[in-house]
Amino acid sequence: MAQSSGEVAATQDAVTDLVTDWSAEKEVFRVHWGKAMMWIFLLSDTFIFTSFLVSYMKVRISSTVPWPNSSEIFALSFGGAPIPLILIAIMTFVLITSSGTMALAVNYGYRRDRTKTAIFLLITAAFGLLFVGMQAFEWTKLIVDEGVRPWGNPFGAAQFGASFFMITGFHGGHVSGGVIYLIYVAVGVLNGRYEKKGYDIVEIAGLYWHFVDLVWVFIFAFFYLW
Amino acid sequence: MATSTEEGQQHPLSIYIWIWILLFVFSTASYFVDYFQFQGYLRWNLILIFMMLKAGFIVAIFMHMAWERLALITAILLPPLALLVLVGMMSIEGDYTYLARAEFFGVEEAPVVEHHGGH
Repeated sequence: MAQSSGEVAATQDAVTDLVTDWSAEKEVFRVHWGKAMMWIFLLSDTFIFTSFLVSYMKVRISSTVPWPNSSEIFALSFGGAPIPLILIAIMTFVLITSSGTMALAVNYGYRRDRTKTAIFLLITAAFGLLFVGMQAFEWTKLIVDEGVRPWGNPFGAAQFGASFFMITGFHGGHVSGGVIYLIYVAVGVLNGRYEKKGYDIVEIAGLYWHFVDLVWVFIFAFFYLW
Repeated sequence: MATSTEEGQQHPLSIYIWIWILLFVFSTASYFVDYFQFQGYLRWNLILIFMMLKAGFIVAIFMHMAWERLALITAILLPPLALLVLVGMMSIEGDYTYLARAEFFGVEEAPVVEHHGGH
């Protein structure tokens, strides 16, 4: 009883804060300016990726030719019978793991443990490189061995290739950019570049990296599993 | 709520490890949806549930949204709702295109096996 009325009070406080933050005639978001700007960039990126996914949805709904079975196309054989979608599952785990190491880097950054922060940033970047490498393998397999093209493929609806290359290509580009960003921040952490400014930059880079993982959650669900 | 301070976001390591484990569990679960070939509404609902759970935990905990002030939460999380309108309109449009194509060109039953030279 006491706890639930406490929660109500907390919600009322949050709403009061919302009103005062917007009406105080000073900066609205009481966070590091870089963090607010990164969130707004990610918001715009959300609209870009959603546009890709919506166009994929539209061409898939409107196609009168059966959509290719992603479970079979992305199957991989390790000597035995092909395991459905296994490469994509491994890529998903790699990206989630990198999100975990990124969260640890942010945490050690605010504790001002420079060595551990840099090590976890570099581990995160390494997982990102592994992800991009597996994606390059997947693209090569689809283009060279299976003959998938943006304008057609042997499995079914011609729009499959265009959707696949556009969505995963844009996502892979984000991962590659993120790897460079993380290495830049890691080098800065090692050199003590942020000792005076504070370690918000690690959290800001982390927001970007978690967003890339977040986008993959939606791609995994809608493109590979649906 | 509202623990976002000047020193930035500081939380115990254990909460990140727990969310990490949860994300692994949900990803494995959504992979098994495909592995065991669940079909129809069961498949689509399971995919959406695991997707929303994963997305929610990433945004709330990894991206620290759960501890931000309401001004930032609403500014970032409300605008994407407009995208649902786009999803709705495009699915109606997609159905219309499908019906028009089926009417004029017919529906192909089996997957095409030979290579497409190009369209």
